[in-house]
Amino acid sequence: MDTHRDIGVWPENSTARVPYWVYQDEANYKRELERLFAGPTWNFVCLEADIPTKGDYRTNVVGAMPVIVVRDADGRINCFENRCAHRGALIAFDDGGKVDNQFKCIYHAWSYDLSGSLRGIAFERGINGVGGMAKPFDRERFGPRKLRTTTFCGMVFATLSDQTPPIEQYLGTEISGRVKRVLNRPIKVMGRFVQALPNNWKLYVENVKDTYHASLLHLFFGTFRITRLTQGGGVLVSPDGGHHASYTIDKADDRQTTAYRDQGIRTETDYKLADPTLLDTVEEFGDKIQLQILSVFPALILQQIHNCLAVRQVVPLGTDKMEIRWTYFGFADDSPEMTTRRLKQQNLVGPAGFVSMEDGCVGGFVQRGIAAAGDEVSAIEMGGDTTESQATRATEASVRGFWKAYRERMGY
Amino acid sequence: MEVGKLVELNAAYARVIDNEQFEEWPKLFHDPCLYKVTTVENVAQGLEAGIIYADSRGMLEDRISALRKANIYERQRYRHIVGLPVLLGEKNGVVEAETPFLIVRIMRDGKMDLFATGSYRDKVRADGSGGLRFAERIVVCDGGRFDTLVAIPF
Repeated sequence: MDTHRDIGVWPENSTARVPYWVYQDEANYKRELERLFAGPTWNFVCLEADIPTKGDYRTNVVGAMPVIVVRDADGRINCFENRCAHRGALIAFDDGGKVDNQFKCIYHAWSYDLSGSLRGIAFERGINGVGGMAKPFDRERFGPRKLRTTTFCGMVFATLSDQTPPIEQYLGTEISGRVKRVLNRPIKVMGRFVQALPNNWKLYVENVKDTYHASLLHLFFGTFRITRLTQGGGVLVSPDGGHHASYTIDKADDRQTTAYRDQGIRTETDYKLADPTLLDTVEEFGDKIQLQILSVFPALILQQIHNCLAVRQVVPLGTDKMEIRWTYFGFADDSPEMTTRRLKQQNLVGPAGFVSMEDGCVGGFVQRGIAAAGDEVSAIEMGGDTTESQATRATEASVRGFWKAYRERMGY
Repeated sequence: MEVGKLVELNAAYARVIDNEQFEEWPKLFHDPCLYKVTTVENVAQGLEAGIIYADSRGMLEDRISALRKANIYERQRYRHIVGLPVLLGEKNGVVEAETPFLIVRIMRDGKMDLFATGSYRDKVRADGSGGLRFAERIVVCDGGRFDTLVAIPF
């Protein structure tokens, strides 16, 4: 293995070739944290429904940076670094909660208002004129960094860059429309789960964008016609390549096709459910789209699989570890029957998902498979070597789109 | 109801899973029933979702047929260590009980991990022949973080 290669040199100038060192290299990982997560991107930090009233907050991360997201007295949502100006301790150390008017660091009781500005320094003037802070102390210089926030259809995003364009411009018209299609009214959170994966974060993002694998890896998808390549559908890729939405439309004539059997694919079996109410679906978006998987660059997924709705935040934790923060949701106006339907369909996703569990292990299989192949490349050329939207899902266009956006932003 | 009977039921439950006699697992439930795997945090916040949710014995059977025939994952086994049940009450022949558990996951290559801990929150009643079954088993995991995937029920 050539150990003298230069990081940042793409072996072939093609979006259909990806070198395996991008999943292994420490310097590359640091560059991702700087250029992608701390760069001009919108990073999902919570749902508006997570923090409905003044003082409600959640903690999260933007790349490596811990952040607090909080709703202030004016109803605005602020996001700032979760790091005390004094000694760098976490200001808030729970997943979320409610505060009155301030956050107070527990270490030395320095306090912050709901915009993240340092307000109070305990014993700033010392005791009886002795001790205390030297003057002047530059609060702005040492204070936690403030992120710009934006909301879109009930999702809250934050960015560290002044250059990040408005969210709808960032996503493009087509992908924005596909977000609005699902998040068309107030939601209610139904549950939160974390899934730890033994692989680089990009392997999971690619997997989500990979419309080719879904019905091949996941027997459940193909067997129950949740998604099959022979059904109607396609993939939309944003002009910059970074965002995508794939979708499946059921077609009656798919039930007669022998395409999967002809390919000898394991999805064509007589597998049956003892209790088919799991897949008792109602069409709730009025457009026959029964599955839509949408990604926002770099690391958010919005999912509609039948009536099972969720957001998945991808959190990088080093070159070979990551986690998915799942938030399952329904709508605030769901009937009890609809709630039960969603609870049942949630069996499809998450760490124990009939469909998603394989996505939990397949990234690790790649990470282990490429252990000695840092200088080799993968071939991603289903559907050609371009990144435009396509009216088929037997393509890897949206995976190539990811690499197009990645290389542009990483300077490769 | 005697605690001893509950201990026997819990022991049988752990044994069928750890010995990979998965087809026996749904038989320990009434039909309909409720089986859910969730977390302390979700329960505390009143959030209903589970990573596994079944309200019929058929849905439990589907979990087993999926792990046998449909899903793909690396070979693994569990070892349950189940604590002593606490009886919380009894009404109309239904006993409410809570029992702590610990699950070690043993991977194909011999790697062992503490995979989950938590408590079973149960409603148990006798079937027609006097044997105890679960009307409800809510698996409340202490942690909200699951490693890689959960194929085998807790």
